Amino acid sequence: MLQQWFIFAAAFGYLCLLFAIAYFADKRADQGRSLIANPYTYALSIAVYCTAWTFYGSVGRAASSGIDFLPIYLGPTLVFVLCWFILRKIVRISRVNRITSIADFISSRYGKSQLLGGLVTIIAVVGIVPYISLQLKGVSTSFNLLVQYPEIVMPRAVSTIPILQDSALYVALLLATFSILFGTRHIDASEHHEGMVAAIAFESIVKLVAFLAVGIFVTYWLYDGWGALMKEALARPDIVQLFTTEKISDFGNWITLLLLSMGAIICLPRQWQVTVVENVDEKHLDRAVWLFPLYLFLINLFVLPVALAGLLHFTGGSVHPDTFVLALPMMVQREDIALAVFIGGLSAATGMVIVETVALSTMLCNDLIMPVLLRLRWLQLTQRTDLSRLLITIRRGSIVGVLLLSYLYFRLIGESYTLVTIGLVSFAAAAQFAPAIIGGIFWKGGTRQGALTGLTAGFLVWFYTLLLPSFVRSGWIAPDLLEAGPFGIALLRPQALFGLTGLDSLSHALFWSMLANIAGLIGVSLLTRQSAIERIQASRFVDAFRQTDDGQARYWRGTATVKDLEALLVRFVGQARAKAELADYARLRGFNLGKLREADANLLHFGERLLAGAIGAASARVMVGSIAKGESATIDEVMEILDETSQVIQYSRQLELKSKELETATAELRAANERLKELDRLKDDFLSTVSHELRTPLTSIRSFSEILFDNPALSDEQRREFLGIIIKESERLTRLINQILDLAKMDAGRMDWQMGWLDVKSVIEEALAASAGLLRERPIRLDVDLPDGLPAVHADRDQLIQVIVNLLSNAVKFCDPAAGRVGVSAAAERGAVRIDVRDNGPGVSPDDQARIFERFQQAGPTLTDKPQGTGLGLAISRQIVERFGGRIWIENAPGGGSLLSFTVPTVAGDARAAAQD
Amino acid sequence: MRFGLMGERLVALFLLGLLLFNPPILNLFSTDQVWAGIPVLYIYIYASWLAVIVMAGLTIERTREPDRGPDQPRGDPEG
Repeated sequence: MLQQWFIFAAAFGYLCLLFAIAYFADKRADQGRSLIANPYTYALSIAVYCTAWTFYGSVGRAASSGIDFLPIYLGPTLVFVLCWFILRKIVRISRVNRITSIADFISSRYGKSQLLGGLVTIIAVVGIVPYISLQLKGVSTSFNLLVQYPEIVMPRAVSTIPILQDSALYVALLLATFSILFGTRHIDASEHHEGMVAAIAFESIVKLVAFLAVGIFVTYWLYDGWGALMKEALARPDIVQLFTTEKISDFGNWITLLLLSMGAIICLPRQWQVTVVENVDEKHLDRAVWLFPLYLFLINLFVLPVALAGLLHFTGGSVHPDTFVLALPMMVQREDIALAVFIGGLSAATGMVIVETVALSTMLCNDLIMPVLLRLRWLQLTQRTDLSRLLITIRRGSIVGVLLLSYLYFRLIGESYTLVTIGLVSFAAAAQFAPAIIGGIFWKGGTRQGALTGLTAGFLVWFYTLLLPSFVRSGWIAPDLLEAGPFGIALLRPQALFGLTGLDSLSHALFWSMLANIAGLIGVSLLTRQSAIERIQASRFVDAFRQTDDGQARYWRGTATVKDLEALLVRFVGQARAKAELADYARLRGFNLGKLREADANLLHFGERLLAGAIGAASARVMVGSIAKGESATIDEVMEILDETSQVIQYSRQLELKSKELETATAELRAANERLKELDRLKDDFLSTVSHELRTPLTSIRSFSEILFDNPALSDEQRREFLGIIIKESERLTRLINQILDLAKMDAGRMDWQMGWLDVKSVIEEALAASAGLLRERPIRLDVDLPDGLPAVHADRDQLIQVIVNLLSNAVKFCDPAAGRVGVSAAAERGAVRIDVRDNGPGVSPDDQARIFERFQQAGPTLTDKPQGTGLGLAISRQIVERFGGRIWIENAPGGGSLLSFTVPTVAGDARAAAQD
Repeated sequence: MRFGLMGERLVALFLLGLLLFNPPILNLFSTDQVWAGIPVLYIYIYASWLAVIVMAGLTIERTREPDRGPDQPRGDPEG
């Protein structure tokens, strides 16, 4: 029954069944009863990882090199164990930012750079083309093998078949058709393809069942279980060679394969599509952590028995190991199993091709073609009313283009390689995205320049060390390049770069490309500065779990009219969807869209995200920028936004400091003001006191003069007496005025000081002589105690005499009127000579002791008694003593009376006096 | 709290997997001995692989059910 038409019909029927499933799932999704919103469908869809490579290639790999088909599945197992930290974060970031592809993610992370998005797209297309060609090869080989049933003849080399008779071309075209049907029926802003995911999940079941079926058939029908099969196999020396220690203890590129597959499970565009973009609920990821690895485990369970059985049955290389899976059931003429295998292989290949081309077409459209078209002003795309048809056309064209490119690669190059080797080239290309992605979600410092440099360098090295040699192998380029190096430079041989030998070509390529990639990313990132938008995006990605959705909205500083925004959205996502989304937005935030004329920053940001789903983040930003009036935030503003918190803290600290300073200043001002007021009051007091003091003698002089003037008949004796009073009062007036002048002079610093070294004893004696008249006026006993050998003091002679005279006259005034006693003594102290003047008067109360040196302040009730003296003597004395550098004070003498003392410096005062002069 | 613990367990499991699936532990099992007719290395890899999957499953499933409360951090960007 396995005629060509039947096989073709079966394959076509199977693809139609797939389409029916997809159609049904889409319908259900529209009704809100999603088929894929459960973790099992999600995990099965991730199993798109298992392609023709797994289905046919693993057995081939196991048959030729033993166990190293396995690390390709162990790596993803480990990544999924760690999914909580990497995948979950990527899924969250992508959902929040409406990321539609891996190119979108990377360009978005590094400042929504269109250049970066385009670069990633190019790398992805160039890198994935071999992988898709692998699928074409798998399907066409299995088809060509099957049509010759019941014979088992290896198909002819493709290069000998005319293109139009090549089944692979028709496989490619058929797959392109279905990819278009699945992936680009309409433009959906959310970029979910529910139908496609449902079909992929179904395909995962089919390929698993088919492979398990052939495995069980081979193990338990052809042989009596594992033991029997192994026993027979291990009896063959050529097979034992594969599985004995000598061979497997050399793990060669085991670690390379493990690392590559770890990178691939995240970075392959189709894995990204199903795991990240098509994820409808983060919770599903939890269960996929163990469901997906379990799937990998099951599908690999029978690889070894099938490989062994193939080796046992097909000796001498008559059948290629990559086709053992199909050839075994054909050999024993089990048509049902053979057909199941063919369908299973078809499942594995179509699933991969559909998702991969849809993912690539999204990237090509959003990140490469649209940005270029939008830049071409003469196309006037921004003026068109509806671009969604253009978007769909571009995507469909991209799918066809990618598949034709893959076919070309298969026809020209793919022949000379096994399935797994071809696939690994693509893995190594996809791994180039890993540093930018993983670095991008955990390290804020990565810059656009760094990502560009790293990706470019890694891609170029990958191209040179891995893809170029495959061109050589297929005869495109002269083998000299590999053996002698370009231009004969041996150091640059693509498979022994810089003389590095001893590694297999894959490990060699991975080492150099990753070195260039990571070094470029980190090195350049550290040497360049992030722009504002890069900085915003970096913190949004790295802090994905800590941030809510605000923040970025502030990037849009300008505003646009709601009408403009709506028109823009309609152009890219269609009328119905744009209106519905805007209405939802308005309803959630509780405002009336009809009344709103200006779209604020938040609404613009919402529109940008909606657009990002349709045309990619970078283009969306440009489009929204084209309608937003005013500029987007400048770098300074964004820096300000970012540093706002720290700035607020800084401001408040400064404010605190200022207010403290202000407080201090206020206190100082208040104190100064108090002092000024006090001085003012003192001046007023002084003036009134001075006038009062001046008026008293003036009054008596005037009164007595008037008496003398009016009464010429006064007796001579009376006349003399009155004239005596007038003279005495005049003297007092003169003295008072002199003292006031002295004080004013001293206050103003205009006093002429004749400082010199003086003998204290002679000074005091001179002062006593000057006061002799004063002392004689009253009955006073004077005691003088002046020891010999007093040190010389540094002072102004006349002023020192005046101080002593002042103190003496003060003592005379206040001593006991009946039996007055005044004592003068001098004594040497440390660094000074102290001079005491004692009286036996009433003494001074402690309250007055402080005031007594103030101007016009006298002890006792001055208002009732007639003031004795001017009240300036002590004040002047204090000024003078302090000018000399000594000090003056009063205390109550033991045994009654008061004791006025002052000091005049001897040695220490010298320097001070000199300085003051 | 329990999610933190789960995260730590998964990281530990990841490290364990790295250890189990790589040389030099693999070299320990790459002898020419067979067990039930199967080379020891194959039994070892498949057994340890399954063990890692089961442990990951247990860790996730035992933690996730009771924690599916409102306390789970799940910021809905549309909300």
